[in-house]
Amino acid sequence: MSEAVISLSNVTKSFGEVLANDNVSMDIYKGEILSLLGENGSGKTTLMNMLSGIYYPDSGEIKVNGKTVNIRDPKDAFACGIGMVHQHFKLVDVFTAAENVVVGIKQKGHFDLRSVAAGIREICDKYGFVMDPDKKVYDMSVSEKQTLEIIKVIYRGADILILDEPTAVLTPQETEKLFSVIRNMKKDGKTVVIITHKLHEVLSISDRVAILRKGAYIDAVATKDATEESLTEMMVGEKVELNIERPEVKDKKLRLKVEHLSCYNADGVKMLDDVNFEAFSGEILGIAGVSGNGQKELLESVAGLQNTMPGASIEYYSPEDEKSRELIGLTPRKIRELGVHLSFVPEDRLGMGLVGSMGMSENMMLKDYSEGNSIFTDKQKPKELAEQILKELKVVTPGISTPVRRLSGGNVQKVLVGREIAASPAVLMTAYAVRGLDINTSYTIYRLLNEQKTSGVAVIYVGEDLDVLMELCDRILVLCGGRVSGILDGKSAKKEDIGRLMTTYGGGKENK
Amino acid sequence: MAAAKKEPFIRLAKRDVMPVGKKIAVRLISLAIALIVCGLLIFSITGINPLEVYSTMIKGAFGTKTRVWATVKEMMMLACIAIGLAPAFKMRFWNIGAEGQVLIGGIVTAGCMIYLKPLPPVLLFAIMFVGSAIAGALWGLLPAIFKAKYNTNETLFTLMMNYVAIQLTSFFVAKWENPFGSNTVGIINQNGQEGWFPAVFGSRYFISVVLVLLLAVLMFVYLKYTKHGYEISVVGESENTARYAGISVGWVVIRTMLVSGALCGLAGFMAVAGASHTISTSTAGGRGFTAIIVAWLAKFDSATMLLISLLLAFLQSGAGEIASKCKLNSYASEMITGIILFFILGSEFFINFRVIMRGKKEKEEN
Repeated sequence: MSEAVISLSNVTKSFGEVLANDNVSMDIYKGEILSLLGENGSGKTTLMNMLSGIYYPDSGEIKVNGKTVNIRDPKDAFACGIGMVHQHFKLVDVFTAAENVVVGIKQKGHFDLRSVAAGIREICDKYGFVMDPDKKVYDMSVSEKQTLEIIKVIYRGADILILDEPTAVLTPQETEKLFSVIRNMKKDGKTVVIITHKLHEVLSISDRVAILRKGAYIDAVATKDATEESLTEMMVGEKVELNIERPEVKDKKLRLKVEHLSCYNADGVKMLDDVNFEAFSGEILGIAGVSGNGQKELLESVAGLQNTMPGASIEYYSPEDEKSRELIGLTPRKIRELGVHLSFVPEDRLGMGLVGSMGMSENMMLKDYSEGNSIFTDKQKPKELAEQILKELKVVTPGISTPVRRLSGGNVQKVLVGREIAASPAVLMTAYAVRGLDINTSYTIYRLLNEQKTSGVAVIYVGEDLDVLMELCDRILVLCGGRVSGILDGKSAKKEDIGRLMTTYGGGKENK
Repeated sequence: MAAAKKEPFIRLAKRDVMPVGKKIAVRLISLAIALIVCGLLIFSITGINPLEVYSTMIKGAFGTKTRVWATVKEMMMLACIAIGLAPAFKMRFWNIGAEGQVLIGGIVTAGCMIYLKPLPPVLLFAIMFVGSAIAGALWGLLPAIFKAKYNTNETLFTLMMNYVAIQLTSFFVAKWENPFGSNTVGIINQNGQEGWFPAVFGSRYFISVVLVLLLAVLMFVYLKYTKHGYEISVVGESENTARYAGISVGWVVIRTMLVSGALCGLAGFMAVAGASHTISTSTAGGRGFTAIIVAWLAKFDSATMLLISLLLAFLQSGAGEIASKCKLNSYASEMITGIILFFILGSEFFINFRVIMRGKKEKEEN
C-alpha cells in the first residue's frame, strides 16, 4: 500500500475510570478498505469518534496527509475529508433525503434543493446506490437510511469514510449490496474504514484488518494472511473454540401453542399478522427476521405486555399437569399468579429487563417482590440470589449493590439471564441475547441456553446473526412483515433461504 | 484548515464516582466561595463590612428564641412539602402543584376552624388533619388520573391546578372576610383559639416540628423498605420495566399522587392551624416551588431534605434581617440567596464532571 492518509500516534482517551483507548498508534492507508476489528468495548468506536470530531483525545497526535490536526468537532473532521456513518443513524425523520444531506451545512441564502438532488443522483450513479432525494426519512427502510447516511458524508466531500457496524441492521442480501458499493468507492480512490466484529465480513471485504483489544492496538494484518481463527485469537487474546453445540432434542413436549396472533402498535401499524407456531420442551426455537418485523411484539404478546387482536390464542402447557392455560388478555402478574413458569429476557436490558439505578440485589426481586403479605420488601432472599449469580456466572461488579447501569453490557446480560434462569422456567424467551456481548460472554450465554434446553425447557431465541441461529437452533421461524414467512429445520437450513424468507413473505413463492 | 486550529479551550469529561468525603468538601468549598462572592458584592456596592452582614444574618435567623422558632417554623413548612413531593418526583411525576395542594389543605383547615369551632379540640384537630390531607390528596389525584388514563402532561396539569386553588382561596377569603371590607380573613378564632396548635414546651410550633420529623421518618421507611417504595423506584426508572415486572403503572401513579397530595395538604394544615391562623392566597407563598429544589437537591433523602430546608429557612430569615438592619432593601437579601443557591447547585456540576483546560493536563475542583 501507499502512503498513510491518517496516522494516529499514542492516542489515549478515558471516560472516568475506563480507559477506552490506551496509547493507540496506527496508520490508515490511502485507498484501502480497512476493517477495525475488536470485541464490544474494545474501543473501536471511541477511536473512530476521535477522527470524526465527536470526542477529543486526552493525549496523542492525529496526522491527516502528514499534517498534525486538531479535530474539535465534525466540521473540522469534514475539513480533513473524514466522514463517519454512525451505528445509530443521525437523520431528521420528517425531512427528505435531500434536506437531510444539507442539514447543518452553513450557506448564505436559500438552499437550492434541486441542485442538492442532482448532486445526490450523481453520487448514486457513480457508486451504485438507489435513493430518491425527495423521499422522507420516516418512509425509509433501515437499509435506505444507511444509504442516505453514506450519501450524506460523500456529498460533504469526505474521502475517508468510517462506517460503524454497517451490517448490523442489514439482511445478507443488503449486506452484499453494501459491499459492492464499498468496492466501487475504493475504485474511486476513497478510503473506507469498517468497524465490525463479524469475522466473515472482515474476510470478504477488507484489504487489511487492524485489531483492538481492551482499548489497546494489537496488530494489523493483511486480510489474505488471516483466518477466522487467527483473527479471533488476536481479538480475544486466547484461543477460542468457535463451535456452538447443538445437543439432540430429547423428550419433546408441547409447551406453547400460538394461534392466529395479530396485533397493532401504538401508531396503528399491524405488527403481527396471524402468527401460528408451537414451541416444545427440550428444543431451541430460533426466530429470525429483519429487526422490527414483529419479533418484539411476538415475545411481548406471550409475556402479557402487548394488546392482541380478538381471535388470538396463546396456550401454555404446564410441565406439572400438561394442562393448557390461555395467556391472552392476562397481565404479567396474572400470568405468574396462574403458575405459569415463563421467563423473558427482553431486548432492552436496562429499559425493560432491569432497573439501571438499582444494584444486582434489588434487581433480583423485580418480578417477585410483591409475594407475601408484608408491606415491606424481603431483602434477604434477593441478596442471596444475587451473590449466587455473581459467583456462578462470574459477574464483574464492584458489589451487588452497585447500580447495574454501571456494569459492562456483558455483565448486565449475565445478571438478567441469571435471574430469568433462576426462576426455573418452563418456557424461556430471549430477545437478542448476545447483542453487544464479547465472544466469551456470548458463548457463556449459548452454553446456558443449551443447559436449559437439555433440562427440558422450551427455549425461544430471537437472534440476528444467522450463522449463530443456524448453529444453535433446532428449528428456525422466520418473520417477515409480522407474518411467519417460514419455519425451517436448523440443521438443514441454508443462509440464502433464510435471507429470502426474511425479505419476502414465503421466500417469494406464492404459497399462501 | 483544521490544522491551524488550536486545541479546544475548555473540555469536559465525565467523572468517576467521587468519594463521599470529597463530595462534601466540594459542596463546602462552593458554599465558602458563595459567601466570599456575596461579601465582595456587598462591600463593593455598599461599603459595609461583609462579616458584619453575615453576623447580622445569623442574628436575624437565630438571635432570639422567637427568631429561632420562626426559622424552625419556616424550615418545617418547607421540609413538609418537600417530603410530600419526594415520592412523586422519585416516580418522575413532575408534581409542580404543591402550591395548590397546600392552599387546598389550608382552605379546609380554615373552614373547619370557622364552622366546627364548638367541637371538642381533639375531634376538631382530627377532622382538620384528615380533611386537609384528603383535600390535598384529591388535588393531586385529578392530574394523576388523567396521567394514568390519557397520559396527559402532569407538569402543565399540576401547574394549572395551582391557579384553580388560588382562585378558590380568593373566593373563600371574600366569603370569610373579617372584619368586613378588610379583604382578609383576619386571625381566625382570636379569642378562643379554637383549632390553634397548643403551645408545647413554650412554643406553638413544637407540634409542627414533631409532626414533620415523624413524616420524615415515615417517608424514609416508605421509600426505602416498603413494596410501594420499590414500585415507585421502578416506575420512576422505566415504565417499561415496571410493566415487565407486572406493576400496574397507572395505579402506582394514582396511589403515589394521593400520598404526595395528602402530605402537601397537611403542610397547608400546619401553615393555617399551626402558624398563621389565617388563610390568604399567599399562605403557600411560593414554598410549593422552593420545596421542589429541596427535594431534588436532597435526592429525596429525608434527613438531607431537613438540612436543606434549614439552610433555605436560615437564608430567608437572615436575609430579611440584613435588609432592615444594614439598610439594604429586600432585593439584596434575594440576591444573596440567589448567589448561594447558584454556587450550591453549580457544585453538582463539578461533582459529575471534570474540567480540562487547554494546555493543562487536568483541573480539579471549581
